[in-house]
Amino acid sequence: MSQAASLPAASRPRTARRSNLGDTLFAGACHAAGGLVLLLLGGIIVELFLGGLPAFRAFGLPFLWSTEWDPVTEVFGAGVSVYGTVVTAVLAILLAVPVAFGVAFFLTELAPPWMRRPVGTAVELLAAVPSIIYGMWGFFVIAPIMAQYVQPALIDSIGELPLIGFLFQGPPFGTGILTAALILAIMILPFIAATMRDVFEQVPAVFKESAYGLGCTTWEVMKGVVLPYTRISVAGGIMLGLGRALGETMAVTFVIGNANRITTTLFGPGNTIASVVALEFGESEMGSLKLSALLALGFILFVLSFVVLACSRWLLRSRLKA
Amino acid sequence: MSMTANPALTPVKDRAAAARLGRRRKRADALARGLSLAATGIGLVFLASILATLFVKGFGALNLSVFTEVTRPPGSNGGLLNAITGSLLQVALATVIGTPIGMLVGTFLAEYARGSAFGNVVRFVSDILLSAPSILIGLFVYQLLVLPFGGFSGWAGVAALSIIIIPIVVRTTEDMLSLIPNTLREAVIGLGAPKWKMIVLVCWKSAVSGIITGVLLGIARIAGETAPLLFTSLGNNAWSTDLSGPMPSLPITIYSYAGSPFQDWIELAWAGALLITLAVLLLNILARSLLRRGP
Repeated sequence: MSQAASLPAASRPRTARRSNLGDTLFAGACHAAGGLVLLLLGGIIVELFLGGLPAFRAFGLPFLWSTEWDPVTEVFGAGVSVYGTVVTAVLAILLAVPVAFGVAFFLTELAPPWMRRPVGTAVELLAAVPSIIYGMWGFFVIAPIMAQYVQPALIDSIGELPLIGFLFQGPPFGTGILTAALILAIMILPFIAATMRDVFEQVPAVFKESAYGLGCTTWEVMKGVVLPYTRISVAGGIMLGLGRALGETMAVTFVIGNANRITTTLFGPGNTIASVVALEFGESEMGSLKLSALLALGFILFVLSFVVLACSRWLLRSRLKA
Repeated sequence: MSMTANPALTPVKDRAAAARLGRRRKRADALARGLSLAATGIGLVFLASILATLFVKGFGALNLSVFTEVTRPPGSNGGLLNAITGSLLQVALATVIGTPIGMLVGTFLAEYARGSAFGNVVRFVSDILLSAPSILIGLFVYQLLVLPFGGFSGWAGVAALSIIIIPIVVRTTEDMLSLIPNTLREAVIGLGAPKWKMIVLVCWKSAVSGIITGVLLGIARIAGETAPLLFTSLGNNAWSTDLSGPMPSLPITIYSYAGSPFQDWIELAWAGALLITLAVLLLNILARSLLRRGP
C-alpha cells in the first residue's frame, strides 16, 4: 500500500516538470507568433513611412493633393492617383452593392434549397479568380465591348442629359475610369454578397415567420424585417468591399488607361495609387526620389485601406461575436 | 418603426382599394424577385464569361511545349516551364513557412487569448492583414529584404507570399478551434494531460480538416498573386531554381506577356492564365468539399 502510493509520488515531479516545460515552450511559441503578427503590421507602417519620408520632406503636405507627376523634373504629387483610387472604388461600390444584395436575397429567401449551394459556390469562386485574370479578361473582352456598345450607348442617352451628362461624354476608348470601376465591382461582388448572405441567415426565423404570418410578401419581409435587423452588418460588408477595391492592383492596371490627369468624364483614362506603383516601379532607381514618392503613395494607400477595413470590422463586430 | 408606416398593415375598408393595394404589393414583390434573379444571373454570367474566355483562348494556346520549354524571345516557340517551376517553388516554400506560424497564431487566439486585450489586438491586426492590399506587402518586403540585401530574390518573393498566407491560416485555425466544445478540453485536462498535449493531440486533430481547408484556400490565393512579386522576386526569363537571385513566376510572366505586342507571347499568357485559374478553382473546390465532409 505504502509502496504503491510512493511510486507514482516519486515519478510525478519529473513528468510534471516535463509537461510544465512543454507547456511553457508551446505557450511561448503561440504568444511569439501572435506578437509577430503585430510586428508585421507595425513593420509595414514603419517601412512604408520611412521609405516615403524623402518625398514627404521634399514636397510637404501639398504632396497629398498636388496633381503634378513629372519624373524628368522630379516633381511628384499624389492628387491624381488618390482621386482615381477613391473614384474607382466608390463607383465600384455603387455598381456592386445592388447586384450583391440581389444575389444575397436570392440565395437566402428565393432559391430552392438544392440551388443554394451550387449557386453560392459559383459566386464565391468569382472571389477566387486571381486579380491578373480579371485584368486580362477586362482588357481583351470587356474593354472592346465597352468601346463598341456600352460607351456609345451611354453617350447617346445619359450623355445628353443636363447636370450629369458631362460624366458620360468623350471618346469611347473602352479603357478608363468606368471600365476599371466595372471590373472592380465584379471582383468585390462576391465579398459583399457572401457577407450579406451570412448576416441575412442570422436573422431569427421567428421574426421572419411572424411577418409572413401577418401576410407580408417575401420582398416586404426583406425590406421590413431582414434589412433593418442586419443593416449595420450590411454596412460592414460594403466597407469590406470598399477596402478590397481601394488596393486592387493588377486588374486596374490593365484597364484604367494609365494617364496622370483628372478628367471630368468617366470614360477618360486615369490611374490609381496601386496602378501607379505597379507601373512606375520598374522605371525608378533604387534610392531615387521617384521611388520614395511611390513608397509615400503606398503609405497613403495603407492609411486609406486601414481606416476603411477598421470601420468594416467595427461594423461587423456583432456578427463576429455571434 | 417602418412596420407601423407600412400601408400593408393598416386596415382597409374599401374593397376596391384593398384589391388595388394587394395588386401593388404583389407587383412590388414580383419585381423584387425578378431583379434579384437577374442580379444572380449577372454574377453567374460574369463567371461563365471569364471561364469561357480562358478555355477558348487558353486551350488553343496550350500544347506540350508550354510545359517543356522555358520562356524565349518572341517568335521562337518558348514555353512556360521556368515560370511554372518558379511559381511552384515559391508557393510551396511560402506555404511551408506561413502555415506553422498561422496555425500558432490561430491557436494562440483560440486557446490562450480568448477575451484578452492582447488577443483582441492580434485578431484585429490579423484581420486587417487578411484584406490589406497585397501590393503593400510587396513594397514592405522590398524595403525589408530587397534593398538591404542588394537585389531581387526568390526568397523575398517567398517572404511576401508567406506574409499573405499567414492571416488566411489564422482565420480558419481560430474558427475551427472555436467550434470544439469545451467539455472535450476539460475531459483531456481532467485525464491529467498538459495543455500543449491537449491542443496538439486533441484540438488540432479534431480541427485538422478545417485547417487543411484554410491552407488550401491560402495556397489558391498566393498562387495567383502578382503585385507583391513585382517588387520581390521580379521575374526572370531563364531557367532558375536559385532562390537568392531573381526568380520567374507564372503570374509575373502572364503580366508581362499579356501586355506585350507579340501575338505568340499573348497566346502563352492565355495558356498560363488558364493553368493558374484551373489550379486555383480546383483548390477551392477541393477545400470546400473537404470542409463539407469534415465535422
